[in-house]
Amino acid sequence: MIGPMIGNIISSPVFIKRISVAFAALMLLAAVLAVAASVGETAIPVGTVIDTIANHLWDAGHPVDAIDAGIIWNYRLSRAIVAASCGAALAVSGAVLQALLRNSLADPYLLGISAGASTGAVSIVILGLGAGMLSLSLGAFIGAVAAFAFVTVLALQAGRGTGAIILAGIAGSQMFNALTSFIVTKSASAEQARGIMFWLLGNLSGVRWPDVWLALPVAIAGLVVCLWHARALDAFTFGRESAASLGVPVRRVYAVLIAAAAMMTAVMVSIVGAIGFVGLVIPHAARFFVGTRHGLVLPLSALIGALFLVCADVISRVIVPGQVLPIGVITALVGAPAFALILCHGRILR
Amino acid sequence: MTLELCDIVWSAGFRKIIKNVSLRVKPGEFLGLIGPNGSGKTSLMSVLAGIRPPDQGRAMLAGQDMKKHGRRKLARQIGFVEQQADTTDRLTAREAVALGRTPYLSMLSPWSERDDAIVERALGDVDMTHLADRFWHTLSGGEKQRVHIARALAQEPKFLLLDEPTNHLDIRHQLGLLELVRELPVTVVAALHDLNHAAMYCDRIAMMRDGELVGIGSPADILTSENLRDVFGVDATIEHGPNGECTVRYHTGMKKDRAA
Repeated sequence: MIGPMIGNIISSPVFIKRISVAFAALMLLAAVLAVAASVGETAIPVGTVIDTIANHLWDAGHPVDAIDAGIIWNYRLSRAIVAASCGAALAVSGAVLQALLRNSLADPYLLGISAGASTGAVSIVILGLGAGMLSLSLGAFIGAVAAFAFVTVLALQAGRGTGAIILAGIAGSQMFNALTSFIVTKSASAEQARGIMFWLLGNLSGVRWPDVWLALPVAIAGLVVCLWHARALDAFTFGRESAASLGVPVRRVYAVLIAAAAMMTAVMVSIVGAIGFVGLVIPHAARFFVGTRHGLVLPLSALIGALFLVCADVISRVIVPGQVLPIGVITALVGAPAFALILCHGRILR
Repeated sequence: MTLELCDIVWSAGFRKIIKNVSLRVKPGEFLGLIGPNGSGKTSLMSVLAGIRPPDQGRAMLAGQDMKKHGRRKLARQIGFVEQQADTTDRLTAREAVALGRTPYLSMLSPWSERDDAIVERALGDVDMTHLADRFWHTLSGGEKQRVHIARALAQEPKFLLLDEPTNHLDIRHQLGLLELVRELPVTVVAALHDLNHAAMYCDRIAMMRDGELVGIGSPADILTSENLRDVFGVDATIEHGPNGECTVRYHTGMKKDRAA
């Protein structure tokens, strides 16, 4: 029975249209990644980028300058792919949390994750916790998970409602931020403090291929889990009770999706730091284009988030010659006016 | 198909909100639920809808405990319109009604033309077809309420549960909505504030006080001067018409011994 059903779905015009759109989106993303790998202090033609990728993927044997190839493959491409994964994951997490908590100001850091990650990171860097055995990323990840666990327990004790989750998140974030400040002001040198601040605002410069093999699968898996629950998320439009009366197992969906969002966010933050703005604003931009249905909002959020962060990373590398700005500065500086434009434009359209 | 509550107890924290309520909804009837504020009407509606599992007793659908049915299966039999369900999302009336198809959809059974047809019919049933493409925030209170009912109807339920559906509506829309619901080919359970509306539209009325069901029967049986004094604390006389209909006439000078 399931066989013919799948057959019907695959041969339906809607499905074919969706596959084509998805393919076009992936092509667009690939093109932007290639351009991102060509832009930088040493500009490298896009053709060289494509040749280099072909050489690595299927030994195409194109003649490419070894230094160019090294820059493209080892630095820029891995960096661009992590930026894309990170943007997609944060945007999807934001969209999911906004839908579940019925709050358009919800963002992935609401659950205390960035605050916990920063505490974890400073514990490693400044206090020397783990005696060099733990990397900064791992410390940040442990901190993020700890903060998320703290917020979860608090929210469960406070009554499980959306308000309880938001307030627990605020309490957890404040507490871990205070811990971070305490450690930094008590023990950090000026140089360390600057480094930590840079990391907190988002930093992709240390990113290499091993980070890709962590970020990319996590982003894809997270997107798939959330997409699987797209209709359940739609059912939350009129709140939890309404979702329950529409047949949604509210508690299970909450647990699965909040865990997925937290996991994605924690991994991304531990790799690149707390890049703001993406998770809050990109979902609104996506809704502006395709309405409120999550079957469309989630993939489009992922796409816009990925493109946005890849572009923001390029800008952060080239805007000040000889210096790399924290990407979080760019996301806010470029994103906030762009978002304001969307908001005002949207009002006129109404 | 039957909907039945057996000895239901439900508590919020340590406070018992519903105390040993048993109730059997008859197929095809319009059952009204009345009672003063805080008497447990809304909680009872949620238990009846299967949203809140009772602490004691059994909520039964088709002779089987609701727990055994599973959420999706329940949602195909029971449509529930809450008292206040609003959203800031920018969705159209039609999209809001389409949410009613949620319990039928999955990865393997995606949206189909049949779902489209059911949504259109539900919109037509509540006379909202001409406003189907309007955004939610542009609709009036009465229109929103009708969209909610259409959303519940799109679930193709056997039972339609309405928690104070006429709240915040002007009198014309109150009567229009109850008229509409009465004509629908489903069993209806509605918590109502206005006793005259209950008298006009209900086949039977169930009356609650302090979490207990203190009476159930025809409007003429339940709406008596004694009941209104004991349960609602108001002075009223009941006027009986020639066809068995009854009207509640309230008297001014609220009872002074109400606190006692």
